[in-house]
Amino acid sequence: MRRAISPQRQAPKEYAMDDLLADFITETSENLAELDVALVKLEQVPGDIATLSLIFRLVHTIKGTCGFLGLARLERVAHAAENVLGMLREGRLTPTAEIVSLILTTADQIKRILAGLAETGQEPAGDDEALIAALNAAAAGEKPPVTAAEPTVAPEAALAAAPAAEMPAAPAEPPQPQPQAEQPQAQEPQPAPAEAARQAAPVVSPADSASPAEAAPSAQTIRVSVDVLEHLMTLVSELVLTRNQLLQLARKQENAAFSLPLQRLSQITSELQEGVMKSRMQPIGNAWNKLPRLVRDLSHELGKKIELVMHGAETELDRQVLELIKDPLTHMVRNSADHGLESPEERRAADKPETGRISLNAFHEGGHIIIEVSDDGRGLSTERIRAKALALGLATEAELAAMSESQIQRFIFRAGFSTAANVSAVSGRGVGMDVVKTNVERIGGTIDVKSVPGLGTTFTIKIPLTLAIVSALIVEAGGERFAIPQISVQELVHARTHGNGNEAQPVIERINTTLVLRLRNRLLPLVALNELLQLAPFSIEEQAHYYVIVVQVGANLFGIIVDRIFDTEEIVVKPVAAILRHITLFSGNTILGDGSVIMILDINGMARAIGLNAEEEKYLQGKMLSSETAVETEKTNMLLFRAGSSMIKAVPLALVARLEDIPREQIEHVSGGKVTQYRGQLMPLISMHDQESEEPTQAVLVFNDRGRIMGLMVDEILDIVATELRIELGAARPGLLGTAVIAGHATDIVDISYWLTQAHQDWFSITKVEQAETAARLLVVEDSDFFRDLIGPMLNASGYHVTAVPTAVQALRLRDDGQTFDAIISDIEMPEMDGFAFARAVRAGGPWRTLPMIALSSRSSDADKNTARESGFTDYVVKFDREALIASIRHCLARPPAPALAA
Amino acid sequence: MEALPNSPVISLPAMQKTQTTIRQEETAFVTLSIAEQLCGIPVLGVRDVLNEQQITRIPLAPPEIAGNLNLRGRIVTAIDVRRRLHLPPAPAGMRRMAVVAERGNELYALLVDQVHEVLNLSANDFESNPPNLLPNWAAHSAGIYRLKDRLMIVLDVAKLLSLSDQRH
Repeated sequence: MRRAISPQRQAPKEYAMDDLLADFITETSENLAELDVALVKLEQVPGDIATLSLIFRLVHTIKGTCGFLGLARLERVAHAAENVLGMLREGRLTPTAEIVSLILTTADQIKRILAGLAETGQEPAGDDEALIAALNAAAAGEKPPVTAAEPTVAPEAALAAAPAAEMPAAPAEPPQPQPQAEQPQAQEPQPAPAEAARQAAPVVSPADSASPAEAAPSAQTIRVSVDVLEHLMTLVSELVLTRNQLLQLARKQENAAFSLPLQRLSQITSELQEGVMKSRMQPIGNAWNKLPRLVRDLSHELGKKIELVMHGAETELDRQVLELIKDPLTHMVRNSADHGLESPEERRAADKPETGRISLNAFHEGGHIIIEVSDDGRGLSTERIRAKALALGLATEAELAAMSESQIQRFIFRAGFSTAANVSAVSGRGVGMDVVKTNVERIGGTIDVKSVPGLGTTFTIKIPLTLAIVSALIVEAGGERFAIPQISVQELVHARTHGNGNEAQPVIERINTTLVLRLRNRLLPLVALNELLQLAPFSIEEQAHYYVIVVQVGANLFGIIVDRIFDTEEIVVKPVAAILRHITLFSGNTILGDGSVIMILDINGMARAIGLNAEEEKYLQGKMLSSETAVETEKTNMLLFRAGSSMIKAVPLALVARLEDIPREQIEHVSGGKVTQYRGQLMPLISMHDQESEEPTQAVLVFNDRGRIMGLMVDEILDIVATELRIELGAARPGLLGTAVIAGHATDIVDISYWLTQAHQDWFSITKVEQAETAARLLVVEDSDFFRDLIGPMLNASGYHVTAVPTAVQALRLRDDGQTFDAIISDIEMPEMDGFAFARAVRAGGPWRTLPMIALSSRSSDADKNTARESGFTDYVVKFDREALIASIRHCLARPPAPALAA
Repeated sequence: MEALPNSPVISLPAMQKTQTTIRQEETAFVTLSIAEQLCGIPVLGVRDVLNEQQITRIPLAPPEIAGNLNLRGRIVTAIDVRRRLHLPPAPAGMRRMAVVAERGNELYALLVDQVHEVLNLSANDFESNPPNLLPNWAAHSAGIYRLKDRLMIVLDVAKLLSLSDQRH
């Protein structure tokens, strides 16, 4: 198999067909160049069978490919020529000068058609009947009437010019050297043929008008066989290992004379490694380029309207990884089209645009590549998954009840799990998400799913850039060393076996015989590597301290107890011998710098071995040990309670100061509400509903901020759970931020800032004095209801006071009414008055003239940013980057308002 | 084939040279001993002969697998032939040698007590396994050669390495 690695190919492509065509033109042009040489040789040594065979094979290839691509004209010509060549090869026809000329004429004709093809993407119109007749006549053994065949090019002229320049059309094409990358997502099919032309260029057009500038970029690409690259990679890997060995030796001998050249060698080796890796890199778009076609076919087959959006097609990754990720990606896109997206009728009924959207997004993140496949379809049906999991006996009802939405969703990665009501021809072909998961894990990657009912599903794949060399942590257990891929390692912990969890150091505890690590506010399952690998008996009492490596599998964390932790080392992963493949705890083996062979632990296998199925997440995930507040990096601890309705409510635990039970007789009624004496001051008590409880005590959530306190009366405190907070919008009433699914239940998220203002009208004025930015009043101008509903509560939740209006005109009306704000956040694309005009209007004069203005847009080109700045925006944030927006607001508010910003 | 930095006992080019000079009905064998028994492996199936090596044991592997060793940057799985044949373990302190064979693109080192010379043996001296050959030997023997003073068992390398077939 040969593959081009030219930078030209890295330009993202939109249409599979154009891409195939481009490949075809490149290949055929190469073949034709070879054909020219062969024909000249045939002329010199007429009867040479080897040359004849070569010519036959080349023409045969052309014929076969263009038949496949539906290039009828080319196919007919090539077919007729093939007949003649076939007879020549079999000796049934002697290669007379006339016949050779005829073949040459045919080659020219093929080139001419090809040139037209490269230029327009379609076969040029033309009549080949005379040529075909001549060829057929030659095949029939008649004397070929040469004159009948295309008289425009004399065979001699072609011969003289061979192998280079017969194509007057080719150089005239528009090969602007490298602009392709600038416009990656061009929708019209134009770019591909243009690109094809450039690819064809090095072979067919170096002749007349091509300027040096034009020729140079094409000459910088060569085709290299994949085998050569593979071999290079292997050699470099070995070189890296040898280098590591040398370095290790050198470390033991100080002042060694070779230390300096060794350093140099080391550096060159690193650069060489990088270079070779780079040569194997291919844009992920290469794995995507068949997808538009697939989606188009699927949309016909399924009767759905589907739009495929691809971002980051230029993101590069190792070709080996690319090959391995192709099929899973295809399968996932197929799944999204089939299961994810609804029919146009269903979408209309759900108030969505008829055309469903599947997005592919790829980007680099910390030595990995992240690929997201998302759709805006119906989302995963947790109910159906739950039922299926129950039916399959994968979990009990009680277990399911304790699982979060995302935990349940992960059941789809289990073997034999398909919730499709009816298996369709499209995706019910016996490969499920479990196969995708297995394939992704095989290359050291991870896969996750997030789904919101009604809004769609996103699969996120995280894979290493290359398989060849990975960074691994070397550890020791039972006197043996092992490698743990760095990708899985979350942190290293030195844990004590005694003590309590309130101290800073993590503690190993046991529940019956199960070991757990109490790390901050979580309990992590623990496994002793010694024991798991049956290296040595393990007893937790033996030592006062242990080293624990916290690793992550899917959404799960667990700890591995090891005897020692060494360094991290770059290792070359080698597959384990066939007779060891049944041991699922190893993903490979490698040779360390000191020459010893060690096994690489398979973290997924280990998780399974200790009964920690990534999908099940049965362990004590996120269970709170105490009510101390802590916010995990991704998960938020939510306090669940009931107040008024049966609907469960939740607040972020971090906001709650205390939980109290207050005797009812201590609750006093004053004008405007209830209060109680609490720690020497009066605490206003706020009820979320009007009903009076008859219980002897009242449960109260106490909120405390800068000396002010407030009690929120609740009926019952239910639980504290760590959860990924995904607030779904639409249900927001005053006092509620929205609804989220927590521990499998729809839960109202309480807007504490609202209730705080209910208790203290001056709450925010206080905070404004003390901490100007958090109480800042923001004006949001956004025409999309969806974004307005999204940004408003989000900024609210971040502590800002938000006023949102749908048009710039309305915003200016607020200004004229004398309303004041601390900053303005505005969309760019809006009807009536767009963001640029709005900014200019604000800057033109009036009380808002100096306010910081942040542009919010889905367009992220530099030109847009510049226009925004010129119009008077202070900052520019891409929709919808929550962190960036918050950071920008902070930044803007921290600055003194100055008209200079608007310059 | 290249020279062996792992201090080879017999250099392979030498072995192959011997091979080219033999008559057609003769086969060249690397001879070796396992628990006092003389055995042979066809020289064409032998990639290397190694002195005692540093072997990393592999947790959870079948007991016949002694571990991994590094042969010039390639990872070789070492098979303890004594264990494979259900023979008593090698006496402590014995410096065992290894014969490296290839199977399906992977290298395996067969740990044996001693590796001896290469012998060219005539097909006339070949016999199939006697019916009363102990089953542990018979299962991995391709037949017997009658030498002048003793018998040599031809080890069937493929069978020795087909551990996975017998698993579970």
